[in-house]
Amino acid sequence: MAKVYIPAQWRDLTGGTADVQLDGHSLKQIVAGLEARFPGIAARVCDDGRIAAGLAVSIDGAISSRGLLAPVEPHSEIHFLPAIGGG
Amino acid sequence: MASSSFEKKKYKVIGTRPVRHDGADKVTGRAIYGSDFRLTGTVHGKILRSPHAHARIKSIDTSAAEKHPGVLAVVTSGDFPNLKNKIANLGEGSVNLAHLGANVLAHGKVLYKGHAVAAVAAVNPHVAEEALKLIQVQYEPLKPVVWVLDAMRDDAPLLHDDLRTSSMGKKGDKPSNISAHIHFETGKVDEAFAKADVVIEREFKTASVHQGYIEPHVATALWNEDGHLTIWTSTQGAFTARQQTAELLQIPVSQVTVVPCEIGGGFGGKIAVYLEPVAAVLSRKCGRPVKMVMNRDEVFEGTGPTPGSFVRVKLGATRSGQLVAGEAWLAYDAGAFPGGMIGPGCMCVFSCYEIPNARVDGYDVVNNKPKTQAYRAPGATQAAFACESVIDELAEKLGIDPIELRLKNAAKEGTRRVDGPVYPRIGFIETLQAAQASEHWKSPLVGPHRGRGIASGYWFNIGLKSSASASVNPDGTVSLVEGSTDIGGTRTSVAMQLAETLGIRAEDVRPQVADTDGVGYTDVTGGSRVTFATGLAAYEVGLDIQRQMAQRAALLWECDPAKVACTDGVYKTNGKSIAFAELAGKLGETGGPVVGRAAVDPQGSSNGFGTHIVDVEVDPDTAKVTILRYTAIQDVGKAIHPSYVEGQMQGGAVQGIGWALNEEYVFDEQGRMQNPNYLDYRMPTALDVPMIDTIIVEVFNPAHPYGVRGVGETPIVAPPAAIANAIYRASGTRMRELPMSPPRLWAAMTEKKS
Repeated sequence: MAKVYIPAQWRDLTGGTADVQLDGHSLKQIVAGLEARFPGIAARVCDDGRIAAGLAVSIDGAISSRGLLAPVEPHSEIHFLPAIGGG
Repeated sequence: MASSSFEKKKYKVIGTRPVRHDGADKVTGRAIYGSDFRLTGTVHGKILRSPHAHARIKSIDTSAAEKHPGVLAVVTSGDFPNLKNKIANLGEGSVNLAHLGANVLAHGKVLYKGHAVAAVAAVNPHVAEEALKLIQVQYEPLKPVVWVLDAMRDDAPLLHDDLRTSSMGKKGDKPSNISAHIHFETGKVDEAFAKADVVIEREFKTASVHQGYIEPHVATALWNEDGHLTIWTSTQGAFTARQQTAELLQIPVSQVTVVPCEIGGGFGGKIAVYLEPVAAVLSRKCGRPVKMVMNRDEVFEGTGPTPGSFVRVKLGATRSGQLVAGEAWLAYDAGAFPGGMIGPGCMCVFSCYEIPNARVDGYDVVNNKPKTQAYRAPGATQAAFACESVIDELAEKLGIDPIELRLKNAAKEGTRRVDGPVYPRIGFIETLQAAQASEHWKSPLVGPHRGRGIASGYWFNIGLKSSASASVNPDGTVSLVEGSTDIGGTRTSVAMQLAETLGIRAEDVRPQVADTDGVGYTDVTGGSRVTFATGLAAYEVGLDIQRQMAQRAALLWECDPAKVACTDGVYKTNGKSIAFAELAGKLGETGGPVVGRAAVDPQGSSNGFGTHIVDVEVDPDTAKVTILRYTAIQDVGKAIHPSYVEGQMQGGAVQGIGWALNEEYVFDEQGRMQNPNYLDYRMPTALDVPMIDTIIVEVFNPAHPYGVRGVGETPIVAPPAAIANAIYRASGTRMRELPMSPPRLWAAMTEKKS
């Protein structure tokens, strides 16, 4: 199962839980799993069916550009982070 | 990716220093910059800008300007589609189109002095400027707010009535100038501070500074009779300029071609569009090509500076120097519209260190300054100024050498950052070891009022999308087409990777940067990504060509292509061999042209760390700081063209010196910039800095076949902290505000004496 780290600012929805183990082959499945356990959290992750503006998803240390289609491995580590650009 | 075989490989092209492919054009002045470009029938556009930092626009009357002789078109925001809070993904990030549009031409309110309000196209720039004076704008001035902490107050003037604070997607319930709050927390922070032997907490301020590119913004637009729009511009990303323009005008991207001209610097400030959509609408209105060039004051007042900031950093350590707790509170200017650099600021503030218990809070704050834009490692320099100054103070308090303290706590492979992700193989420790072993660090610094400082810095470096193609010419050369604006010599660094892959000389690759119709989608030249990501595309192009060339050789030899091997550009099978150039001459008879192509989208960061050492002398009477000696050390993965890597390290260091010592936007009480020119906005010149020495550290990046890491941004992160630490040793005064200009340092030194 993938390990999903819950940002501190979303822990109001998780009762303080900082990380969870979830099954899923894609980020879409992981987000669905999160929503099933912590209703309302998908609205923080997604906007109009896509990863919300200003948010980035790190899977195994790499920021994915594939949005909800990003593949997730059985032992992946997932973080939700502020999006960054460069100069 | 199979890295181990590449890591130890001896290269023939990579690591050499060939003459850059665009060198002759650049040094003879023949390279075509945006300002050089002129179409027959071109007319000239100029922009009317707000004299107020904050005001409601009650009315705009353009009738007199429209009647002025020589005027061909006048536009205001009313000539643009109404864009309601639509979010557009621009590859390197997303943008609220309503905000982007309102920054290009103000809607309803002006939010900074210099905010564009209307534009005129006329037969020449002088007539256009005369016509601007005839446009009547009625303003209702509003109270401005400039300092970031003032803008956060509950009673601060609000810039946007509909702005609510977003806490990672959770919206606040009342209007605020705080557009975003970021919070990271790991471990048991309060408990760890309580147990720490030493705790130091300090506050820091930094002024707004501009990217300071020499070439002002420029664009020429032609909205053709067939409905197709072509824009020649100076941009870091032709594709993002195309998309922003198409989105703002609500036309398909296929209706827009963006031709990137040569660029005279960008540093993050030439990603957002300013002139392009305005020139386009003027052209549509008057049926002529419209050229617009900003003056320097327009660049300062109308385009993005990097955020001014307030940062508080607290660190706790054991007596032996082990960091046990960290806390940072950061507030950054967003400028007129949300979306500043607070995210990377928060992620970078403790990125050099392994701190088991840490908390970071960051705030993105709108205020009456131009919309902030990226500037070389955006957000990281402000954060490093604070953290690296406290690290230095901690080292002094503990009586530990500052490099030893950093080594004791340095981030390494497996370190988990406070924002969560774990580092892969990185080279921070190696930069510290190189600093320790350097001639500079080991040399004594003698003389009064002199001091040596050291600081480290981090920047992510990004991947993103790049496309490239290349065709083999019958004379054995290869024409390479890529989409990355060449700012720092990347035509050559990308061409070298193709040459290395094919086993030919760098000079035998002719690189060309194409327009948006001439190459596949390519993200911006930013994030220190081009040599890494477009270089990866060139490598893949090389493999594609190599595969096809092996097939041609097999055809000549009537053998299985799988039996043809290629080493250093020579194709071989069973005792037969043919060199790349000779085989290229036989393409006509073996099936025709060979064209290689690739599109890549590498994920993740290539993680750049740098450590800088600086010696300064502080004049005790005037507080002028002279940089005596400077050494920049950086892990670059693999230096493809060492001269360009050194150039990036030197350029970043010098920009950081300017940020540290002199550069700042000076505002009056009405929020108006008082120094929008290069006489009063003091950037360093060649007379102000010594030769910047460089030490290249190469810790192979396993995410790239040649081990490349991004280079361009990291070197601006450490300088202000390194210089502040040096000034302390020279003068006994700890500076916690940028710039550390003579008046500010003199005041601090005088206060300390008294």
